[in-house]
Amino acid sequence: MDFLNALVVLSNFVLIPAVAYGSQLALGALGVTLIYGILRFSNFAHGDTMAFGTMVVVLVTYLFQSWGLSLGPLPTALLALPFGILGCMVLVLVTDRAVYRFYRQQKAKPVILVIVSMGVMFIMNGLVRFIIGPNDQRFADGERFIISVREFKQMTGLSEGLAIRTTQGITVVTAIIVVALLFWFLNKTRTGKSMRAYSDNEDLALLSGINPERVVLYTWLIVAALATVAGTLYGLDKTFKPFTYFQLLLPIFAAAIVGGLGNPLGAIAGGFVIAFSEVTITYAWKKVLKYLLPENLEPSSLVQLLSTDYKFAVSFAILVVVLLFKPTGLFKGKSV
Amino acid sequence: MKKFLMASAATALMAGGAMADDHAVKLGIILGFTGPIESLTPAMAGGAELAMSEVSESGKLLGGKTVMPVRADSTCIDSGAATAAAERLVTSDGVKGIMGADCSGVTGAILSNVALANGTVMISPSATSPALSAAEDNGLFFRTAPSDARQGQVLADVLMEKGISEVAVTYTNNDYGKGLADSFAAAYAAAGGTVTTTTAHEDGKADYSAEVGALASAGGDALVVAGYVDQGGPGVIRAALDTGAFDTFVLPDGMIGPNLETTFGDEIEGSIGTAPGSDAADASMVVEKVAATGVDASGPYVGESYDAAALIMLAMQAAGSVEPGDYKSKVEMVANAPGEKIYPGELAKGLEILAAGGDIDYVGATAVELIGPGEAAGGYREIEVQGGKLETVKYR
Repeated sequence: MDFLNALVVLSNFVLIPAVAYGSQLALGALGVTLIYGILRFSNFAHGDTMAFGTMVVVLVTYLFQSWGLSLGPLPTALLALPFGILGCMVLVLVTDRAVYRFYRQQKAKPVILVIVSMGVMFIMNGLVRFIIGPNDQRFADGERFIISVREFKQMTGLSEGLAIRTTQGITVVTAIIVVALLFWFLNKTRTGKSMRAYSDNEDLALLSGINPERVVLYTWLIVAALATVAGTLYGLDKTFKPFTYFQLLLPIFAAAIVGGLGNPLGAIAGGFVIAFSEVTITYAWKKVLKYLLPENLEPSSLVQLLSTDYKFAVSFAILVVVLLFKPTGLFKGKSV
Repeated sequence: MKKFLMASAATALMAGGAMADDHAVKLGIILGFTGPIESLTPAMAGGAELAMSEVSESGKLLGGKTVMPVRADSTCIDSGAATAAAERLVTSDGVKGIMGADCSGVTGAILSNVALANGTVMISPSATSPALSAAEDNGLFFRTAPSDARQGQVLADVLMEKGISEVAVTYTNNDYGKGLADSFAAAYAAAGGTVTTTTAHEDGKADYSAEVGALASAGGDALVVAGYVDQGGPGVIRAALDTGAFDTFVLPDGMIGPNLETTFGDEIEGSIGTAPGSDAADASMVVEKVAATGVDASGPYVGESYDAAALIMLAMQAAGSVEPGDYKSKVEMVANAPGEKIYPGELAKGLEILAAGGDIDYVGATAVELIGPGEAAGGYREIEVQGGKLETVKYR
């Protein structure tokens, strides 16, 4: 019984939140990694691209809510998601036409593109705040819980409760579907194959007749979709606030680099590595240990390695360690 | 050149004279109209402006002067912005006294950077940090809200009476939160309670599940959330409810507000809180009149704001001057016994007595009694969430 209780506490406070957070990071990191692999630069504007897509979703959700449209127990935002993706696609394509294409034609060095993307980041950042404001937006509706703490306790009779929020469930399911679609696209379709070819060796790909502008176009479309989905899931699960999306950039980059930049599988693994490290290192283990250890060994302190304020420091530390000792990342990406 | 200088000096003198002759006395109202307590501040400003219009309409202030409020935004959290706003009030608008600021951190900043430098009187309706009691103020700073040293004690008493002897504490990481958490922890430990852990939370985060995880691990019968109702506070409560970590919350004044009812309703049934208030005085007249102007006046500190503004004007009358240097010494005199008791809505009567050379004891909306370094002695309402509503169960 004690063991089960410990497991339930661990799931409630560590496993479930980390899996949901990890999925969100993985989707974000996939976008970063695709751009790095195919367009060959680190896109610092990714967090704000996510914010923009999510903002469109939020606005459309509000519109649907005012019309009385809903998905029953599921959040209305899922219905608004395609519109957000479209809005985000328009944004990134316009940005590409107006900004990135120029530097691509100049064959600018990646480091210049990085700085350019930083400028784009600030503009998008301002745009989002200008349109929707800097405040919290709560747009989650529908059923809040798949299992609430009270129901779980009644069902199992355990003294500890477990809650799974609808948004956490949706996050994981959506992430799995999106990742499956992405891999199918990259591995099975002609366009996907040409994108990988372009990523592996640009000159060879051009020689074999691949149209580079088409590859770039598809990359941006996919990245916009990924960013919007990731942003919307994060916003549903937590809350939408432009500034937090800007802050998300660090864990997302950490995830992409830990996994190996340019490697989609690595991005997913990296997302979960970062999420689990952040959550487990800042979690206070006292309650779990209390159930597992014999009474006389019970810890009197909280058994917390780092205060929760240092959450971002964890991704930073991992980033530095990986860059120092394995610059290509866990999954053999390109070296940074 | 010499002539020109003389001319400009003369013009400046005349301009100065014109200003002094002006019948309107300007008073600054500096509150966080944007920021973490933005839902409370419109009613607070309304309270202060009510007192000012009451005095203006009576026509009894220093031979018929009117009082004009000038609003400024303290942002509640950004000391730089608050200082700039207060500086503008004093130097550009020429206010003769400041009603504010609201949050403890910005109040301290305005006091040391603007009020002290310019010799302006400020009376805060809601800054409650114990640290402000010891701040250097040259007799310029007062507050109609009690120090949190007192609120910590009251909270501890309430909890011990309810038989809650083990709590976890989380506070918003600023002067207000830290001061309150410290004073509560000290009082609670002295009363025999156990604080399992005390952690800070940063306002404005998307998600507080990690913080709540740590608090849940430490355990306790209830969670004390010394935060802000429009900021991280509700996020912490939401995360605690979702994970089933706590279902009873202890909510100090910053968390008591109408948004709490609309966000949580009966989900936090049985939670307890404290907010300044007293049964020796009745703030309902102020609250009703402010509510009649269309703002939501169910939050705290509306009466305190009315009293803060009233005290400034009564002190001016007692000193026979609108200059802060003259009237600062009269604030405590009009607020405390001896003298005729003045209740809300009776400012005209108070002005009359003072004009005749009499003495008043301003009671106002919140039974103002200034003690020690010019702060309210402090009565508190004990609040319980019953049927999804914040109900006052007792006065302390």
